[in-house]
Amino acid sequence: MVQLTLPKNSRMTVGKTWPKPAGATNVRKFQIYRWNPDDGKNPQVDTYFVDMDTCGPMVLDALIKIKNEIDPTLTFRRSCREGICGSCAMNIDGRNTLACIFGMDEIKGDVKIYPLPHMPVIKDLIPDLTHFYAQHASIMPWLETKTNRPAKEWRQSIEDRKKLDGLYECVMCASCSTSCPSYWWNGDKYLGPAALLHAYRWIIDSRDEATGERLDALEDPFKLYRCHTIMNCAKTCPKGLNPAEAISHIKKMMLERVV
Amino acid sequence: MSEAKRVERPLSPHLQIYRWHIPMLTSILTRVTGHALVAGVLLAVAWLLSATISDEAFETMNGIATCWFGDLVFTGSAWAVWYHLLAGLRHLYYDAGKGQARLGRYHRIGRDDRPDHSCRVRRGRCAI
Repeated sequence: MVQLTLPKNSRMTVGKTWPKPAGATNVRKFQIYRWNPDDGKNPQVDTYFVDMDTCGPMVLDALIKIKNEIDPTLTFRRSCREGICGSCAMNIDGRNTLACIFGMDEIKGDVKIYPLPHMPVIKDLIPDLTHFYAQHASIMPWLETKTNRPAKEWRQSIEDRKKLDGLYECVMCASCSTSCPSYWWNGDKYLGPAALLHAYRWIIDSRDEATGERLDALEDPFKLYRCHTIMNCAKTCPKGLNPAEAISHIKKMMLERVV
Repeated sequence: MSEAKRVERPLSPHLQIYRWHIPMLTSILTRVTGHALVAGVLLAVAWLLSATISDEAFETMNGIATCWFGDLVFTGSAWAVWYHLLAGLRHLYYDAGKGQARLGRYHRIGRDDRPDHSCRVRRGRCAI
């Protein structure tokens, strides 16, 4: 359901302003969403000041620096620091991206950091992605075959392999799905851009033999057709992919098999 | 193992913090004009209907439809009809998988070009 405002327990208040680093000349202001499940308070936005002369170039560098030097309670996910694990997805400067590959030179003014939008918050910048992963699992993200196993491997031509470019690179960071207003309002039933991109990745795979079943599973007023080509997903994808295009290809295949 | 105390998780902010961009704005305007046109249609139907009821009813409705309020609704509707029609065609075009490349800097599905994140990383002076 469309709910334009936040529920009462989710409204943000002004939080703590942490002291500026002593002796720093090149200081940048960070405003970061905080929520602690243990203190029973509403989420708040804390202000931090980071010495940019001793900080790496990426937003994740600043977050780690804050955690190391200013406030060890700041909580966020991170792992590979090179845009391949998808852990540090968050809303930075009003768009969803990976903190590790988003340079601070791309942001004008203060750096504002929130968790991925319209998700239940576990703590600070960590959203609960259980439902998101369950949706991914529901599209059967594996090779389905019916013919006998080949002696060596499932072969694929170079041309057919090319069809997976722009799809296989997805790291499931959830930036696209949580940028989509349609997913905000109908995320319980609409699969969202990430799961649908993965659905298309298997639909278009020349080795997969369950294309019909896969399309059948998506034939539903909500799962697929809540995509209204708003295009937030393609605008925000930190890997430069276009889930909206994948979705439109699925819609086209749906149409083609009935006409 | 004892169950940890259940907490009411907050919903992370969405519309409040998401940065507006033109495709998002034109998309929501399609929906807004679609709904607003209902008001225009209702007024037009009421106007026509009043003519079939009585002279007095038509006088009243004609007054409303031709005063500043009616002018506002009908002028707005004229714009909204065109906007909604053209935007609808654009979304139909997108639904056919066309015209989307203009919207972002990403590589197309099934094309052999490099993803945009590599240049993003380079710009960030990150050593990969």
